Amino acid sequence: MIPEIGHGALLVALGLALYGGVMSAVGGRRGRPALVESAQHAALGVFVLVTACLLLLIYAFLTFDFSVVSVATNTNLGTPFYYRITAVWGALEGSIVLWSWLLSLYTLIVILRHRTSARELYPWVLMTMLSVIGFFLLVMTVAAPVFARSLPIPPDGRGLNPLLEDSGMITHPVALYLGFTGFTVPFAFAVAALITGRVGDFWITTTRRWTIVAWYFLSLGLLIGGWWSYHVLGWGGYWAWDPVENAAFMPWLTGTALLHSVMIQERRRMLRLWNLALVILTFSLTLFGTFLTRSGVIASVHAFSQGAIGIFFLTFLALVVLSALALLAWRWNDLGAQGELDSIVSRESAFLLNNVLLVAATFTVFFGTVFPLLSEAVKGAKVSVGAPFFNQVNIPLFLSLIFLMGIGPLIAWRRASLDNLKRNFLWPVVIGSVAAIVLRLVGVGSSVAVLSLALTVFVTATITVDLVRATRARRAMGEWTLPALGGLLLRHNRRYGGFVVHLAVLVVAVGVTGSQAWSVQTETTLKRGEEAALAGYRVRFDGLRESQESNHGKVTGSFTVVAGRGAGTVLEPAKKFYPQEQSPIAYVDYRLGFVDDVYLVLGDFARDGSSATVKMQVNRMVSWIWIGGLVLTLGTLLAILPERRRPA
Amino acid sequence: MTRGWRWLVPLAAVPVLGLLAYGFTLNPREAPSPLVGRPAAAFTLTSFDGAKLDLADLRGKVVVLNFWASWCYPACYEEAPALERGWKSYRDRGVVVVGVDIQDKDEAARKFINDFRLTFANAPDPGGKVSVDYGVYGVPETFFIDREGRIRAKHVGALSDQMFAEAIEPLLAAAGTTK
Repeated sequence: MIPEIGHGALLVALGLALYGGVMSAVGGRRGRPALVESAQHAALGVFVLVTACLLLLIYAFLTFDFSVVSVATNTNLGTPFYYRITAVWGALEGSIVLWSWLLSLYTLIVILRHRTSARELYPWVLMTMLSVIGFFLLVMTVAAPVFARSLPIPPDGRGLNPLLEDSGMITHPVALYLGFTGFTVPFAFAVAALITGRVGDFWITTTRRWTIVAWYFLSLGLLIGGWWSYHVLGWGGYWAWDPVENAAFMPWLTGTALLHSVMIQERRRMLRLWNLALVILTFSLTLFGTFLTRSGVIASVHAFSQGAIGIFFLTFLALVVLSALALLAWRWNDLGAQGELDSIVSRESAFLLNNVLLVAATFTVFFGTVFPLLSEAVKGAKVSVGAPFFNQVNIPLFLSLIFLMGIGPLIAWRRASLDNLKRNFLWPVVIGSVAAIVLRLVGVGSSVAVLSLALTVFVTATITVDLVRATRARRAMGEWTLPALGGLLLRHNRRYGGFVVHLAVLVVAVGVTGSQAWSVQTETTLKRGEEAALAGYRVRFDGLRESQESNHGKVTGSFTVVAGRGAGTVLEPAKKFYPQEQSPIAYVDYRLGFVDDVYLVLGDFARDGSSATVKMQVNRMVSWIWIGGLVLTLGTLLAILPERRRPA
Repeated sequence: MTRGWRWLVPLAAVPVLGLLAYGFTLNPREAPSPLVGRPAAAFTLTSFDGAKLDLADLRGKVVVLNFWASWCYPACYEEAPALERGWKSYRDRGVVVVGVDIQDKDEAARKFINDFRLTFANAPDPGGKVSVDYGVYGVPETFFIDREGRIRAKHVGALSDQMFAEAIEPLLAAAGTTK
């Protein structure tokens, strides 16, 4: 019964979304609030129905209802309870249900928040959001029917991809999709602004928090994805420039550019056209990401299976891009700048440069990602560019961005005087240079690492200089140091939220730099009781044991890791044998540390447990990346707090 | 920008969209295999009926070697009837279909064979030796072997009646002319 009920509910939701989209457009055009209100009810209906479908699908997964194709292809009777829930969005169909549900949730929040505050734009915002949901409902009912029925009903399913049996898979897709779908809201406001011709600053100020929230979740999704890659895939890395990673990274880059460029519009009335174009680009890139992961056009480790769905996505992508750009062309003459760039040495130009670099990074990532297609179209050979290309092109861009991160927030608007520059940057430049020299002296060989760390020190110094000066100013008015600092953060939460986010990026940058520069690894075969040493750690092989889990067999190796003269830690990397997989899946074991992670992967072993091959890695500063995620969360929270500039 | 020019802005997106559309003309299922053109690796298996199944005994016939499993839903379920139909319509012309069941439970595999009433030879691959020799990455995968015992084509994913016929006909024709 579940397939029929679910499919029916989705069809009704599709009808409601289309109806709502048309009604809000007609209501907006003719100025008839009653029609818009009707569209609003339809949107509520869509939310209720999509929620019901998501719950129904989860229920089908939990109860092993193999009459639903996606249940049969993504679980089997051995799949543990916990992972049956992640299996829901481990599959193509379920991932789109989750996507649509989050989108309809956002629509609900938009209705609650903006139905009275954004009167003129509101009908068109609603129309855009309902159209996007309508597209996804079309995919769920026609292109890749979520509730397709299997005939005959198989006695057992294929089973979940073992790599997805991980707790990171519960949060990673949810965070990532919250980010992806979140950008629909600013996009919808941009479309509404273009249609109504109210292309001033209103849509920008209204969507500021939305953009921050979407950007935050996208960042979080990327970080959790890195964590998953690090502790599941067993190669000791967190980022591989895989097409699917790139797909999520590109909207992050343009979204970051947008967060900065809207400030120039708010402050200086410039870049109207640019901001609209960035929103369109960012939203299009989120669609491009879904297209890439679901069409099978570009091969990737974690791409979903291919099918008719790719053509649906491409058509929709084309529709969105072409119509949004046409709207932009239509309003072209209203989008001229009211302000002017006064000087190259100013905050505006720092922000502009930041945007240029971010967009350049986006293009290189895009180019590298579609390169296999391009080369096949032009030369007829499938060639892909790997990590070396991406690293080589992007490292200079990212280093320049870190440098600008120190300049942008402190340099004066319009035209920076020599005095302004000296006051803000003299000490940070001195401290950064000293840091570079010290790093060289202590024997850091890689110039990229030296530059990256010295820049990090420089930016941290600029933030410190600013905080110290502002706190001192408040203390001069009679406040104590700590209350002064706290008051500062809360009163100017936008500014200092931004600073904390910058700090988070710096912490991540240190993690990336350290892990790239100083991680070491080795692979050895040990007899039982034998020891190997790496970077001050000694690892002893203590034996193997075999066990049978609900859906796989497992061989676990036991290793004692000793650092210096301290007590040992036991690490137990394993190999898991799943019946549906050709080769065993590695289960990594590790001990995380503030500076060093010890990371073990079990290789080949003798059946009798007399010897085993083990890959040992000592990864440096990787934990900083995850800590950066926590700092990022704090900074974002601070930045979206309601502003309290002028307390009564 | 003058009034007319601005309408060229959307056109900027067209080449990118075109490139992506071009992606659909490529077939990711046509996996290039280094084994194509090479002699098929020899194997001897014991079929589910207990009979001996030796690839060497099939020299002189066109062999369709199919790797499958009962947990491989839905692809193996889709192609099982097509394989059976292909076997029935071509066996008089010297075609043999051989199924190799990998990484499976005996009971589930027998149920699969019964459910689809498969009449061609099917054997389990204990230890996965044969699938390793053929570089099987996932199931289903099918190898087409000519009368001289060379692998002529490889197909990844479920076979349809049409694909079966299209792969078989050239092998039958080629063997006819060289004789």
